[in-house]
Amino acid sequence: MSAEATARAVVIGASAGAIQALSDILPGLAADFPLPIVIVVHVPADRQNILAPLFEQKCRMSVREVEDKEPAERGTVFFAPSDYHVLVESDGTLSLSADEPVMHSRPSIDVLFESAADALGRNAVGIILTGANSDGAAGLKAIADAGGAVIVEDPAHAYADAMPLAALKACPSARIMSRKAIVRYLSEELAR
Amino acid sequence: MSDITEDIEIRLLLEALHQRYHYDFRHYAQASIRRRLRQARQQLGFATFSAMQEALLHDEAMLPRLLGYLTVQVSEMFRDPSYFRALREEVVPRLRTYPSLKVWIAGCSGGEELYSLVILFREEGLEERTLFYATDISQDALDTAARGIYALDRIALFTENHRASGGKSSLSDYYTTAYGNAAFDKSLRERVVFSDHSLVTDAVFAEMHLISCRNVMIYFDRELQDRAIGLFRSSLVRGGFLGLGAKESIRFSAHANAFTDFVRTEKIYQRREA
Repeated sequence: MSAEATARAVVIGASAGAIQALSDILPGLAADFPLPIVIVVHVPADRQNILAPLFEQKCRMSVREVEDKEPAERGTVFFAPSDYHVLVESDGTLSLSADEPVMHSRPSIDVLFESAADALGRNAVGIILTGANSDGAAGLKAIADAGGAVIVEDPAHAYADAMPLAALKACPSARIMSRKAIVRYLSEELAR
Repeated sequence: MSDITEDIEIRLLLEALHQRYHYDFRHYAQASIRRRLRQARQQLGFATFSAMQEALLHDEAMLPRLLGYLTVQVSEMFRDPSYFRALREEVVPRLRTYPSLKVWIAGCSGGEELYSLVILFREEGLEERTLFYATDISQDALDTAARGIYALDRIALFTENHRASGGKSSLSDYYTTAYGNAAFDKSLRERVVFSDHSLVTDAVFAEMHLISCRNVMIYFDRELQDRAIGLFRSSLVRGGFLGLGAKESIRFSAHANAFTDFVRTEKIYQRREA
């Protein structure tokens, strides 16, 4: 809650088509990527979440599922566990919550993004990828309002365009990028 | 960035809640509590947290309404069946060696986890030697837990979880249905003590063999988590067991060394002997 938060993080939200989209982005990032990346993917609430083991094999960054109050370390990709919300705290740790689903989703992209906006302000980078619902739109706007960087996957090339379109509608200032451009942005512009 | 005025207002509101009513949320994890407070402010129709604070200080009727937002918690019976399977297969054989047992469900909320444990203990023949303590800070939650009535549309999931946990009976043996609800049998409550207890401010009250506290401490900041885990440490007999939620850990706690992993994958810890 401090006004001079120094922690930085990238937060990503994706739904339908997420695995392919993330497969086009995350493996392109270096092992020493200078920020943590926290990701919410809508998955069914069954308790075996395969995302972390799947991407661990594909990525140079370390990949794991969030454990409550874990420090969000740079060079690490954190996936939200099934059936929990993930929130960013201003001390740079990650909290879990079992509060009710938001717009039928737990984890919720809005919950993650709004907490990142609160905790990190202009040090937050929010990215909305493919998806068939409108989760994340309000969260992306919160990050933009807090002065953070906001990016939306080009809806013309997204597997499902509803989520990128909803995000752009809520947050017209967002930069529209292809997956390749997102990799370039993260590894060149942001990592500099 | 959460604006600085809102940060101040939230701190003052939590301070008011503590000083006026002795409910202490000051060390709850900030991100979640802020989310819940914003929800409360919107739905209760206050323009600012300061306005909400004024109402809270001068009108006692505001207290239960606000607490409803701060303590709301929904669980499932046998949530994470593999946890209950591990209790059954790994922990129960150890518990059998004691002539009498005390089990504490800390933060019992609406009672789903309590009934799960009582049924498991009955199936394993341990219920009669066990006293269960179900505690929560919310009187509403305790009342709900003591009623043991759940909407019928939740029962399919509870039944599936129970079966997956290695249940030896049919869940339908334990409830009767009426008016869209399932009412769990009162015999399940015969060995249960319901009590108002706060992990934030209250102390050890009995010596326990098993403490189950799942997805309660995720709402605490690390300092408060340390206090609660210290309380569990002092409450457990040597060799006693502590079960946490699937994504919780004591490895960030000052008390980590007082425990060993007992079933690592299920977050079941054992208090060290020495």
